[in-house]
Amino acid sequence: MPFTWLVLILITIATVGFITGRNRALRSAGGDSRDLHSLPVYYGSNVAMWAIVPAAIVLIIWMLAQPFFVNSRVLGTLPDTMVSEGSSIGLVMSDVRRVADGLDTAVEQAAMTREEAASISTETSDVRELLGEVGVALGSNVSPEVLQGAQLYRALNATSSTIMTVVVLLIALGGAAYSYSRSNAQFRARNTVERGILALLIAAASVAILTTIGILFALLFNTIEFFKLYPAADFFFGTNWAPSFSGRGGASDLGVLPLLWGTFYISFIALLVAVPIGLFSAIYLSEYAGPKVRGIAKPLIEILAGIPTIVYGLFALLTVGPLLASMIGKDTLGWMQGGTAVMTAGLVMGIMLIPFVSSLSDDIINAVPQAMRDGSYGLGATKSETIRQVILPAALPGIVGAILLAASRAIGETMIVVLGAGAAARLSLNPFEAMTTITAKIVSQLTGDADFASPEALVAFALGMTLFVLTLGLNVFALYIVRKYREQYD
Amino acid sequence: MNDMRIMERKVDTKEVKIAAKDVQVYYGDNHAIKDVSVEIEDKTVTAFIGPSGCGKSTFLRCINRMNDTIDICRVTGDIMIDGEDIYNPKVDPVQLRAKVGMVFQKPNPFPKSIYDNVAYGPKIHGLAKNKADLDNIVENSLRRGAIWDEVKDRLHAPGTGLSGGQQQRLCIARAIATEPEVLLMDEPCSALDPIATAQVEELIDDLRKSYSVVIVTHSMQQAARVSQKTAFFHLGHLVEYGETTTIFTNPVDPRTESYITGRIG
Amino acid sequence: MTDASMTPATAPKKKSSLLVQDARTRQRNAAETRFRMFGMAAIGVGLLFLVFLFTSILRSGLPAFTQTVVEIEFTMTQEQFDTAESKMLKTGEYQKIFVNALTEQLDASGLDVAFDGKAIERIVGKPGGTIRSFFLENPDRIGTPVSFELAASSRVDGYMNGRITRDTLVDSRFLMAADLDLVDALEDAGIVKGAFNWNFITGTDSGVDNPGGAGLGASVIGSFFMMLVVLFLSLPIGVAASIYLEEFAPKNRWTDLIEVNISNLAAVPSIVFGILGLAVFIQFAGFPQSAPLVGGLVLTLMTLPTIIISTRASLAAVPPSIRDAALGVGASKMQSVFHHVLPLAMPGILTGTIIGLAQALGETAPLLLIGMVGFVAREYPETFLGGLTDANSAMPAQIYTWASRADPGFYEKAWGGIIILLLFLITMNAIAVLLRRRFERRW
Repeated sequence: MPFTWLVLILITIATVGFITGRNRALRSAGGDSRDLHSLPVYYGSNVAMWAIVPAAIVLIIWMLAQPFFVNSRVLGTLPDTMVSEGSSIGLVMSDVRRVADGLDTAVEQAAMTREEAASISTETSDVRELLGEVGVALGSNVSPEVLQGAQLYRALNATSSTIMTVVVLLIALGGAAYSYSRSNAQFRARNTVERGILALLIAAASVAILTTIGILFALLFNTIEFFKLYPAADFFFGTNWAPSFSGRGGASDLGVLPLLWGTFYISFIALLVAVPIGLFSAIYLSEYAGPKVRGIAKPLIEILAGIPTIVYGLFALLTVGPLLASMIGKDTLGWMQGGTAVMTAGLVMGIMLIPFVSSLSDDIINAVPQAMRDGSYGLGATKSETIRQVILPAALPGIVGAILLAASRAIGETMIVVLGAGAAARLSLNPFEAMTTITAKIVSQLTGDADFASPEALVAFALGMTLFVLTLGLNVFALYIVRKYREQYD
Repeated sequence: MNDMRIMERKVDTKEVKIAAKDVQVYYGDNHAIKDVSVEIEDKTVTAFIGPSGCGKSTFLRCINRMNDTIDICRVTGDIMIDGEDIYNPKVDPVQLRAKVGMVFQKPNPFPKSIYDNVAYGPKIHGLAKNKADLDNIVENSLRRGAIWDEVKDRLHAPGTGLSGGQQQRLCIARAIATEPEVLLMDEPCSALDPIATAQVEELIDDLRKSYSVVIVTHSMQQAARVSQKTAFFHLGHLVEYGETTTIFTNPVDPRTESYITGRIG
Repeated sequence: MTDASMTPATAPKKKSSLLVQDARTRQRNAAETRFRMFGMAAIGVGLLFLVFLFTSILRSGLPAFTQTVVEIEFTMTQEQFDTAESKMLKTGEYQKIFVNALTEQLDASGLDVAFDGKAIERIVGKPGGTIRSFFLENPDRIGTPVSFELAASSRVDGYMNGRITRDTLVDSRFLMAADLDLVDALEDAGIVKGAFNWNFITGTDSGVDNPGGAGLGASVIGSFFMMLVVLFLSLPIGVAASIYLEEFAPKNRWTDLIEVNISNLAAVPSIVFGILGLAVFIQFAGFPQSAPLVGGLVLTLMTLPTIIISTRASLAAVPPSIRDAALGVGASKMQSVFHHVLPLAMPGILTGTIIGLAQALGETAPLLLIGMVGFVAREYPETFLGGLTDANSAMPAQIYTWASRADPGFYEKAWGGIIILLLFLITMNAIAVLLRRRFERRW
């Protein structure tokens, strides 16, 4: 593995740099570390840092940029006719990559030499069969263009990797030499090293920003791609969700409204369960319960929050669904057709949200100053009057914020609806019917075998975008309300 | 009714309103009030003075059982109001607190409108027959709280928007609105500026005509200005209790004298 | 005070006694009691759900840990072995030997049931092959008594733990109602019995038609590798980010942006992280599908906000006096943080990290999108690197896969998987609680 080797060499350069840098600084101070500006270890670290950090940055950027560069070069050599023949650029490129990987495998297994792999052509041999022998199955015969592309792809990658190795090693050695030359008693090694560490800390903190950017790009690009294939108006205002499966042809109806409706309906039922139970639990725990009851009941309720959603999903599918069906299903009242329904998913999701609502409300109720309670008790109010007429109105903004956060949780919840809500997208008011949600459809559209260029798969990104915007909006709004609320009593 | 009030003032009865006997208060293991016995008279302003932590606020909070809201607090001994033991299990603290109102150190208006703040007590105790009646109670209470003129045009503005002194007078008006017989005030002026303090002190003096007022204060000058009787607390003991003038000019106990002259506290 | 003199005094007091509750107070107290009851009821309902959830997990999941086996002991003579090996249908011959041994044992127990080879096949599959390969591998055991423990078919298993009853059984080529008499007899003879199903814990996933042989082992390893990635990425990055934000960040727009970002990322639905993983790591960067490495990366990004939030809280809990003391003896800001603040905050950071890991361990939705579901994890990874990059499943993904299979036999496995998953989570949380108890410091 050349990459592993490269990393090992980098580490060796850094280690050697550390030792020699440290020693040089010590020598320049006549062996007396007290004459140095900084501790000896800082001189060593400085050299190591200079050796490894710039080289690593170049390495990472190179590795990220290389595929782009190679892809565009290879695409440039492919004739335009190939791309327009009903397939997309992505498909052609993936063919090229497959062949190139196959050639790599063949060389690795010594089925052909490096030179053969570079010079082989479709006219003289059956590439498909050759690659098949080394265990790389290709879907169709290899066209000469693709083979040439693959060979170019390999050549470019090899050259690029060689240049990269050389450049990275040169940078590492140069950095080490530069900082080594500066290692003397007067050099402020500690300050330099600390600046370097600070830069690393800033980089780590920026990962959060990068993640958000990554999410936005992943969603945005594919969403735009989707809207090129499917009109946006039909997506946002369509009342029918009926994707045709890939290969079967026919136009798909990809209206988001039934999914939105299912999402909101299930979330609404979940909140209907979670808000009263959660709120009353919070009230009881913070205002009535003694320390003992609180010490037992609060952690027990919060266990519900630590249970993974897959457990709730299974609980909905295998326990609650059949139970509801046996109580009000076909054999008794006939309200439910099967176990999966809005009610099933909503109920279970409500259970999941109870601790969420209760611990948030608990915090918020506790933030209401004791002076409010004293004022009310001092007037002869009972506890419940104080809670209902003083504490809850005072805490209302915070509680609304908490409920909004819970709603955002409910909207983004996946496993429970995937397993418990059913798969049929419909606009119906009956809570005992199966419906489906945005999250469930993201899963079903992206886990099938559909290729990523089809609107049926791309729609998942548009759905993801809708979900992201919805939950983000709710969160920002809710966090704003809660912060305002807290400031009021700080 | 006016006549009756005037008559009462003339007579200036010194009927005992609150009688405490051997009261002990514990916070967990901490013995906060030790053997306090005191008789507080009706239609009088009684001041509790003493260094901080001496138990004067704790004792005040025993009188309307506000200490019930603190889990670890335990009270023994008798406190009688109008001859009835308020720690009798039959007594409902809710009813008691309607009779014994309380004003707190920091003004604590509810986050509601001025009107709703005052109407809160009468509403929960069912003192008003109808809306007009309630309006009447609110107006009267605000007038007695000496704040009516300042807020009559903005009764539905939030009470939290008032200045500190106004808030405290609003809280006093709120306490009066439930028609209490005793009014407890826990350092009502400590969070106020001198002008607001003067207004509240004037109000306290006026309230004496109808209520038995008990005020806890840090300021000896305030005690001297507003009270007729003064009780000096020290380390949980009631050291001395008597006419305010006597306490301040001719204290019996050396500890009282030390406090008055500023040597302890 | 003109205000006061204008208003009537507080009317002639209705000298009500405190000792008697008036009607209104009684009414209010009743309302109070009702309200309190609502609170208690809410707690009760919450706890009831908890109990309901756990009983249904245990009741449905525990059978996955036991397995019905047919245990039989017999001695194979050299003569029998040679005869069997010389036949055309060798395994059939072994099966006959097996059936004979079974009959003997039944007779010895004084039970008399008629059965044929077909019934045996329906109960334990075809035992001939197993027996033959055993003796081929261990020829020295010929002539000594050997005890065989053979897994019963999943339907017999279902009958033994009550999933299938005589009433619900429909005769099929898999199991006939008549076979149940034989099963009962074998059970009485102690030949058919329950045994702990080690295969469920150590084994790998089976195909869609063999719920009996399905095991969680491979996906536990998959989860383990994912958690390794999460731990080694999110702990350093999370701690570094928290140190910067808590100790060094100037109050400016960039810092604000990072902070807002982190609090929002913490609330982004997990499925969106799955989309990120699919689009960025798999489609764009070309990482292998279903690899624990990709799962680990996605879960790292997901856990990072949790870890940053808890780490910042523990850093903030270290009092400023410690920093001042270090700066006061001439340490640089960086030294004061790394030498004094960070070690003091470490228990809190570790607690937060473990809780973050526990969350990541149970997360399923993102794994659906990066291909860890539906994948049949039949093998353990061979090398360490392979553990990271070879396609594998993960515990929650495996549970989901089982739950979505058509054969209800897998449901039991899914519940059993949940028990194992919860055991891991409970252990992790217990460690976090212990850490907190052990090192908690109040300043």
